[in-house]
Order: sequence, then C-alpha cells, then structure tokens
Amino acid sequence: MTNLWMDIKHADVITVMGGNAAEAHPCGFKWVVEAKAHNNAKLIVIDPRFTRTASVADLYCPIRQGTDIAFLSGVAKYLIDNDKLQHRYLAAYTNAAFVVKEGYAFDEGLFSGYSEDKRDYDKTTWDYEIGPDGYAVVDETMQHPRSVMQLLKKHISIYTPEMVERICGSPKETFLKVCQMIAETSSPEKTMTSLYALGWTQHAKGSQNIRSMCIVQTLLGNIGMLGGGMNALRGHSNIQGLTDIGLMSNLIPGYLNIPIEKEPTYSDYIAKRQFKPLRPGQMSYWQNYNKFFVSFQKAMWGDKAQKENDWAYDYLPKLDVPTYDIVRGFELAKQGKMSGYVIQGFNPLLSFPNRAKMTEAFSKMKFVVVMDPLQTETARFWENHGEYNDVDPSKIQTEVFELPTTLFAEEEGSLSNSSRWLQWHWQAQEAPGECRSDIEIMSALFLRIRAMYKRDGGAFPDPIVNLKWDYAISHSPTAIELARELNGYTLAPVTDASGTTIPAGKQVDGFAQLKDDGTTACGCWIYSGCYTEKGNMMARRDNTDPGDRGIAPNWAFAWPANRRVLYNRASCDPEGKPWSEKKKLIEWNGKQWVGFDVPDYGATVAPDKGMGPFILNQEGVARLWTRGLMRDGPFPTHYEPFESPVANAAFPKIKGSPAARIFKGDLADLGTSAEFPYAATSYRLTEHFHSWTKHSKINAILQPEMFVEISEQLAKEKGIAKGDWVRVWSKRGSLKAKAVVTKRIKPLVCDGKTVHVVGLPQHWGFIGETKKGWHPNTLTPVVGDANTETPEFKAWLVNIEPTSPPADRQRTV
Amino acid sequence: MTVQVSRRGLLKGIGVGIAGGTLGALGFGDLQPAAAAAVRPFKLAQMRETRNTCPYCSVSCGVILYSLGDRSKNAKSAVMHVEGDPDHPVNRGTLCPKGSSLLDFIRSETRTKYPMYRAAGASEFKRVSWDFALDRIATLLKEDRDRNFVAKNGDLTVNRWVTTGFLGASATTNETAWVTYKTVRSMGALVFDNQARV
Amino acid sequence: MADYASLDIRQRSASTDQPPDIRAHQEVAKLIDVSKCIGCKACQAACEEWNDLRDDVGINVGVYDNPHDLTAKTWTLMRFTEYENPETNNLEWLIRKDGCMHCSDPGCLKACPSPGAIVQYSNGIVDFVEENCIGCAYCVKGCPFNIPRISKTDRKAYKCTLCSDRVAVGQAPACAKACPTGAIMFGTKEAMIEQAHDRVDDLKSRGFKQAGLYDPKGVGGTHVMYVLHHNDKPHLYNGLPDDPKISPLVAFWKGGAKVFGLATMGFAALAGFFHYVTAGPNEVVPEEEEEAIDLKDRASRNRDGEARLS
Repeated sequence: MTNLWMDIKHADVITVMGGNAAEAHPCGFKWVVEAKAHNNAKLIVIDPRFTRTASVADLYCPIRQGTDIAFLSGVAKYLIDNDKLQHRYLAAYTNAAFVVKEGYAFDEGLFSGYSEDKRDYDKTTWDYEIGPDGYAVVDETMQHPRSVMQLLKKHISIYTPEMVERICGSPKETFLKVCQMIAETSSPEKTMTSLYALGWTQHAKGSQNIRSMCIVQTLLGNIGMLGGGMNALRGHSNIQGLTDIGLMSNLIPGYLNIPIEKEPTYSDYIAKRQFKPLRPGQMSYWQNYNKFFVSFQKAMWGDKAQKENDWAYDYLPKLDVPTYDIVRGFELAKQGKMSGYVIQGFNPLLSFPNRAKMTEAFSKMKFVVVMDPLQTETARFWENHGEYNDVDPSKIQTEVFELPTTLFAEEEGSLSNSSRWLQWHWQAQEAPGECRSDIEIMSALFLRIRAMYKRDGGAFPDPIVNLKWDYAISHSPTAIELARELNGYTLAPVTDASGTTIPAGKQVDGFAQLKDDGTTACGCWIYSGCYTEKGNMMARRDNTDPGDRGIAPNWAFAWPANRRVLYNRASCDPEGKPWSEKKKLIEWNGKQWVGFDVPDYGATVAPDKGMGPFILNQEGVARLWTRGLMRDGPFPTHYEPFESPVANAAFPKIKGSPAARIFKGDLADLGTSAEFPYAATSYRLTEHFHSWTKHSKINAILQPEMFVEISEQLAKEKGIAKGDWVRVWSKRGSLKAKAVVTKRIKPLVCDGKTVHVVGLPQHWGFIGETKKGWHPNTLTPVVGDANTETPEFKAWLVNIEPTSPPADRQRTV
Repeated sequence: MTVQVSRRGLLKGIGVGIAGGTLGALGFGDLQPAAAAAVRPFKLAQMRETRNTCPYCSVSCGVILYSLGDRSKNAKSAVMHVEGDPDHPVNRGTLCPKGSSLLDFIRSETRTKYPMYRAAGASEFKRVSWDFALDRIATLLKEDRDRNFVAKNGDLTVNRWVTTGFLGASATTNETAWVTYKTVRSMGALVFDNQARV
Repeated sequence: MADYASLDIRQRSASTDQPPDIRAHQEVAKLIDVSKCIGCKACQAACEEWNDLRDDVGINVGVYDNPHDLTAKTWTLMRFTEYENPETNNLEWLIRKDGCMHCSDPGCLKACPSPGAIVQYSNGIVDFVEENCIGCAYCVKGCPFNIPRISKTDRKAYKCTLCSDRVAVGQAPACAKACPTGAIMFGTKEAMIEQAHDRVDDLKSRGFKQAGLYDPKGVGGTHVMYVLHHNDKPHLYNGLPDDPKISPLVAFWKGGAKVFGLATMGFAALAGFFHYVTAGPNEVVPEEEEEAIDLKDRASRNRDGEARLS
C-alpha cells in the first residue's frame, strides 16, 4: 500500500477491482465502511462475481476476468476525452511532458523490439530522448507527438466504451457510470483509493493490470494524497516482510538485486546501478545503492567483507536466468533436475498450479523437508488419500521430513503488514510437543552444515564458514538480536550528514547514516530505524493520531523512515501548499517540511528548487510510461488470458501476453475453448484462510466443504441443481465439488458470445477438520506474469457436468 | 428435525388441576440465586493477556491472547481465548471469522508436534528424534551442494547452487526471514522463493 | 453476578412474585445494520469461541449458510438472500444475522412453564437458565422469531444470551466486539436508536427510500434491532417477520391460565409428563392456532367473570 488502512476513511471514491477486500481483509475493510458512513464516500466494485464487497457497494460492474487493462484503459481514455484531469499535478508531477526517443513504436499489439523466438523485447527504444545537457527532454506543452501524453492518448484510443463492452462484457452504461464516479476525483479536493490484491496480480499480465490503475490515479492526481494511492492489500501477514527481506531468487534485502553472471565483478555490478537523475535538481534516492549494498555485505560476512575483496562480492551467487522462482523450480524438479526442497510454512502441493505436475515434481526429488505448525498436504504428497490424493507410496522414493514448528502464539518477533508497518508481538504459551521455532531449526541446520564444511571441506566453503554468526546462544539467536542486525549498526565511528558522530558499536538511527566504506552494517536498509539505540521501535504502542489523519505515527514502525503515506510531497502543490486543506498531510513552512507524516522529500529542500516529489525515481516524477522497466511494454496493453473463451478483440493476432514466460510442457497443457468452454477463476472465501483454517474447527463449521459457483443460466443448461455434485475439469485435471447456483454470477456477453463464469474457492484439501476436497489448483495452468512470474490463477478454462459423489461420500449424502 | 407438538396437549395439560402453586411453593423463591445461575461467570477474570498479531492476512490485526496461569513457575501457560486488541489502530478490537477462531488454529488436532520421517517408498511417517532429522537433512544438503555447486561458468565466477530449492514462509517473523536469508544465501542457493509469488 | 445492577431481574418465567424494582435501569441493545454487513460470519465464529460451543462440521447444500439453521450450539447464524430488486433491477445480497431478538415482551418467557428457566434482566436481556429448563420446548412455540433450540445432548433449550456474562462486567457481546465493519453495534438502547437514525438517513440519501429501523412493537420492541434497507418488507431478509406478535396461545397461557398452570407445570416437570417433546422447532397446525384463539377469548371472559365474582 502506498497509503495505510485507516487512511481509506478519507477517500471520496473507493474502487475495489482485482480484489475482494470485504472477503479477504474484513477488518481493513472497516475503513471503507467508515468512509461511506462518515465521508459520504461511494464504493465501486468491478468483479466477475457479485462478491461480499459488492454487497455493500454503491455501484457494481461485472467484468470478464483477465480484461482489466481494457477496462482501465477505457477509464483513462474517458478522463482524457472529458478533460477530467488534475492538470497541475499532471504537468508537474508526472512524465506526461517527457519526450520519448525516436524509434519507439507500438503496432498491432506489439512494441518495438519484439523477438518471437525469445518471447522477449529488446528494450533499447523504450527510453526518453536525452538532451545535450544529459537530461531527459521535456515539452511542457505536451504537444510533441512523442511526448508521453500524446503517446498515451494514441495508445489507449482504441478502448472506447463500445470496445470495453466487447472485451470485458461490462455493459456500456454501467462502465460509463463507473467513469463518471471516478472522474469526480480529478478535483484536488477529492481522492479515490484503489484497493486491489491477487485479482490483479495472478494474471500473465498482472503487473500491467496494476500499471493501468496507476495511470488512472496519476491522471487524477491521487497518488501521495490522503485517501488516495495504489493500495495492494497483500495476502499473508508477512509476505510483505519476506519480500522486503528479499527471500526471492533475485533479491538482496531492501529490493537490491542479486548479481547476474554478466556482472562478474563488483565494479561491473555497481556501474549498472549508478542511478543518475534524469532531470536537473533531482534527487534519485537510489544513488545511495552502494551504501546499502556494502552495509548488507558487512551484515552477512562482517570482517570477511573488505574493500580489498570487493566486499566479498564473490560470496554471492550469480544468476544465469532472470529468476529461479517457484515455477522454474518445479519445472526443473519435474525434469528430474532438483534433488530436494526445503519448505518453511508453505503448502505448494495445493498453492501452486497444476497439481499433477506438482505431484510428479515432488516424486522425482530425493528429499523434501517441510517445516510447519500444521500437517500439510505437501508433507504428505506421497500418502494415499483415495481419489483426493491418488498416489502409490511404494513408487515414490522421496525421503520426507515433517518438522514441527511453533506458531504465532509461541514466539516473538515482527511482521510487516500491507501498510508497511513492522509490528512486534510477544509469546503467550509454550509450544506443544517438541515444536521448535523456525529460527532454531534454520540455525541448527546451518551449524551442522558449517561444522561439516569446517571439518571435511567441500564446495566453496568460504561464505558458509565465514558467515557472521555471533549470537549469544549460537543455536538459538533471539528475535531481538536478529532485529538489531536488520536495523544496522556502526562498526567504526561514523559521522552523519548533520555532523553528529556516532561511536562504533551503536545501532544506527536510519538508513541515512549507512556508509559505503565498510563502517556500517545493515541487514535490510529499508528496515533501518526499526531497532535503534532508543530501543525496539516496532514494539511501540502509542495509538494517538494527531489531526485524525488516520496515521498514528507512533504505533510500531513503518518503512521507510517511519513514513506512513508514500510520495506525500505530492499532496502539496508545487509551491508546497496542500492541494486540499481538508486532506493536508505535510506542508512547506518557509524553512522546512512539516505536518502529520514524515515528509517523503528532502526535509529542508525548498519547493522552488524544482525537485520532483517521486524521489525514488530518476525522473523525480510519476511514470505514465515506464521506459524499459517492465518486461512487457512501457504501456499496458490488452491481451487475453493464456486460456480464454474468446479471441482478442483488440489485437486479433495476439492471444496471451507476448512476453510472458511459459515452458514447453506447460504450453502443451493449455486447453482450448472448444473443449473447455467456461471461464474459470479461483478465489478465497472470508470464512477461511488458504489451506490453514481447514485445520480450525470453527472455520470448518462455517464453510465445511468444497463448492463451485455457477450462474442459474449455466446450471439450467447443464441440468445442475443447487447442492448437486458436479465434476469440473480442465486440460490438466479433474475435481468434484458441490454446486452453489447463484444470481451473483451472471453470464457475460463478450463480442457477441455468451461467456459463463465458473468460480472455484480454494480452501480444501485432504487433511484437517473440513470435509476432504480438492483445490482448484488441480486444474490451473502454469504460466506466469511477464514481470513477476506469478501464476495465472484468475483466468483459465474448464468444463463442467453433473456427477456422482466421491466414493467416501456416497452413503452420507 | 421438526416435531409437531399439539397445543391442545399443552392447553389440556393446563386444565388438569387448579392447585394453588406459587413460585415459593415450588422452591424457587429467592430470585437472586436464580440470576446467579443464569449468568455465566466472566471467564477471563484473571487470565494473562499477551499482545500479539493475527498471523493470517496482511491487515495484521492486533490480538490479545488470554492464557491460563500467570507465568508463575508451576503453572503451564495455555491460550484459552483470543480477542481483538481494542488499542490497535487498524482493527480496533474487531476480528474477522478467521481471527475470531484463532484458538482452534492454536489447538488444532492436526498440528505437528514431533519430527516425523518418511523413508523412501514407505507408506507412513515414523516419529524420529530432532537429532536424527537435523543430521540427516544437513547431510543431504551438503552432499547435494558439494555434488552440484557451480563455481565457474567459463571464466566467470558464479558460485551458485541450483539443485536444492528453498521456500520461505508467509507468516514467519522478519527475524526468521533474516536468519533464513543468511543461511540460504551463504550456501549460494538461487532456487529461493516465498509465498509472495503466489 | 447479582450485584451488577444491570442484571437485576425484571421478569422470570412461571413466577408470580415481583422482583425488587426500585433501581433506575438503562436498557441495552444490539443494533444490526444489515446495510453494513458483509456476511463474513465473524459474529458466528466469535459466538462459538466465546461461548465454548462447537457445532458439527456439516456439508454444503448449495448455499453459503452454514450451519444450515440455528441449533443448540449455533446461537447466531448469517442468513443469505439473493434479491433482485424489481424497482432498480439491481441485485442485492441481503445478509441477516439471525438470533435472539431479546424482546421487551418475550414470548419464550411467557410460554415457559418452568419457574426461573427464563429470565429477563432489567437491561432487557432475556436469558435461559438451563439448570431450570425442563426441555418442554414451549419457548420454541412462544418465540415469534423461531429462535430457541433444544439440545439433543441434554434436552435443554439454548439461544443467544446477548453475552450476559460479558455485559455483566461492562463488555460488549462477543459478536458485536468482533464485527469487522461495525455492522453490529452495542450500547444503550437509546444510543442504538440514535445510531440507527443516522444510518437510515444515509441509506435514504443512497436511494433506499424505505430504509428504517426494525424494532417491532408487536413484541414491545426488541433489544436486538436491525437497520434494514427495505424496512417495508422485512420478510425479504430470509423471512424476518413483518409484524411479529406473541402467539395468542401464549398470551392466553400467560394471562388466564397462569396461576393454575404453574402447579400443573411443576407437576409436569417432576413427572416428566412432557418427555415426548423433543428438540427442534415446532410447527403449529392452523386448527390449533384457531382453537387457541378461541380458548384465549373464553379464558379472558372467564377471568372477567372471576374478577366480578371476587
């Protein structure tokens, strides 16, 4: 979230699209209900299903899954055509006036530089025209034919309300109502917040779905504003933290990168990361990259990371492919190229696409280690559970370990929520049985491995035997010791920008004090400030909220720098006055920036210095057009899902996203609409949390059994009554479930063709308190988003028919 | 199940006799003991309160865990009830159906409690000691790393290990994440991902 | 608990003596704002958790409602209705939290033949005292909202207590505290009525012209009230009675037959006379209802006669 949960109460319009906040985030959703009750806000829900969020909406608009880009590009077109823009914001705070260099083109759904063989782009033409002064060329009139504004207009010109209806199945009249309501917030006094989650990300073009709304919000001047922003609600309690700390193939904590093979030396690596400002007077915060990187290396390897050895640059692995994400990992496993997997608190057998492929991949591994407080299906992939997990254990030669772990009530530490708050929690009970914390388990494994390398040697032992590991009790580092490392500390006396000298061995106050000369160490620069000499800032519990801004600045710690609303400089006009007094966050008082939030700007940089408010960007402004930063194009473009019930009405020659990665076997596993005519989607229900709460009795009572949701029309066509058993199958698998026949799903008409939506909630498996059942991922395709490799769980194809109950249920119902 | 009860039965019953019974005569004269019996004693009166965070979604609501015992040496603590933390600025004491049922997650019948091991081809798990499990896993990891570690690709130093994968959790703490990051990366592992991907 | 003024007793089933009545009391109420409800079932979960109830894990029968009905272990239940509004052509998902309404004039208490098995506190809460319950299920008949359920395990009647144990120590009921969107509010009845009026104004401004507060007079008002978008058609909300009234039969029982009936019921309890009455809601056949009205009329005539005689 650029903003935070309570901030939603200040919104005038709330658009929930690509998510179902009432269902998946009920307690955060209260702030939507607050905005309605006390700020007279209007709630718009755009979703293939009339969801629980829709049940309290002012306007519900249906949409076919996987067509959000067409819809939102249509909204952007409406805003431009009807002059519903925040003009001063657009001119001063976006790249609308920047001129793109010659050679950039878009034709029949493809950008310049496409290679069909590689399914990838050469992005050299996707950049600004650079002037003789070394800065990007800007045409303040925005009339230059290659200005971003003119290119945007051209790019979205096809998304007329008629085209939106053809692609999305959203009735033109309802679509226009949505546009009108959204357009109201072009006023500097009004804001819209966009709430989204996995309904946008789980597509082969997920990142571009989000980009589409970014464009809308930027045209309206709603970024950086109270009650505005782009708010990713996120799925789990700490995937924000796990990502911040870089538990991904290609990341170093704080969104730094693991080097690639073509960066064999530290100087190659850092040369590519000299993020020079693209406009005069600009900041570009990433200029500090080397400070964060060196401090990270010091946190990892202490004295062994020295200037002389390029800060132990060789200790880091180098990538030969963009990422070894889960999709690639299990593709390799299926090919027999993986020996094992170590899995912490994760149930990939159910959570990953194409169950049959997952079972095959697991069965080919030599060993699988699962650390979890619950018995997961993953740990038991080899166990026969009748038709729910029809495997022959004697044919599976995998060694499997199920290691019992503590859960939240039995440990202390911090979690990062979607508002970027790091909140500390405390232990309430001792763990049952022989459960151990994940910290203890990882430490025990590490210490054993380190001892073996010290004793016996082996492949490149250096980074292992030299890993900084000076915890008081080496097999059980405390959460506080680890938090202090994440925050960062001085290794020698350090003088900061204000001239203050911090002695050696002290916690730093924030990332501004980090150095690139080896005098500081910091596990995760963006977390710097979380555990300072003042103590544990994440454990703060002062909920006072000056000015009723919905900020509570002294509750826990928010990254970065305890800032609660990102880009809040943009809440003021170029002169430093709030756009709206009612929505004031910060302001320029003549000497410095002051207000309710930590300014996202140089604290004493005067507004007339011309520095843009988006200080993380080299341009200093928000990007309507993203240069070469996205793999699949600088503007979002409508492509169909890889499995789609209709042809691409916008670009008939192109179906799925042309730059999305898909492996050969997975491509062969895609079905056609002739065989699988119905548009399926998978989602959560509010009664459950993924596959965990099926272990919880009360949640099992509230929603005991797998079902699928279909319209009354499809039910009639297929002879299905409510409560009947149905079989749903795709090219990849088949499952049985109860039928919920509902008015909340209606057939859509797309380009003259009736499209039926089949909805599959995803909470059942073969272990727990609920009735045994299947997960929709038995059926889903394996294709990832072009930028993030997040699988396309939200849009694929199935068929459906009435069926008999599963064998174990034949007598009970 | 629906049962038809004849109201005539009731009315006829009423008409059976006109004995002069009163409450007192029936032995329920004292009202206050009856009230005491009606109202269940408040069950949290002296339970220990611990501030925690709901482990499910990313709203990360504040919760209060009420546990048995006051942490004195001879009382083993056990969570008995979970309720929203009214001081928490986001949830302000509320909890969703998952959060309201956290007690049943903590006490789940299908929690793991002991290290279990399934040998190749076996049809069931067997309980093993931690030492057995950790020794065996450490050995498997080292064997695979030593066999498949790639130090060089041509002239380029690449120092990577891509034949064992690691998946981070989605509800473990930042501190767990950091210790996991340190250990996994120190081994040069690149097949590394977390729940954010899906 | 009796020391808490809020839980002084106002009425007691099958009893004639008057409880002390000199204290001033504040009535409490729960306001269920259907227009804010997202049907998340947090109230159901919080109710089961707080009250240490665990119903059976059922099955899906093609709807979201689970369990499928109130039971002795499910004291509150979300009931889902998909309604296509003919005036707007909009689909409305009307989700109502069902459970005891805590009537000011409680039909269950009036119908109850067992002394002290049902009590009403001065704050308006109607509570079942299971120790005194004989399992006859007359409360089920007496209830115009079809709420109480008889346990198959112990043959006693159960329903929502409005968390009298929490209210007694100054806390809101578990469901109200949990409710993520504030669709369930708890406070004095006065405050809840005021809150409801604000909500009704908001709903009217959003086009729900018939929005209103459901606090039915037929049962003397309730201590659980609803804000409804369509207060002119309560039945849309999964059969919420448009105009609930205590059955004439119960009125008769409470009125004319009370004194002589008490002894009878005392006897009945002891003798297990009504042991054939089993768990579950009862159905009234129309002839019986008519006969009851008839009997009630005759009884009131008799009573008038008796009054004249004395």
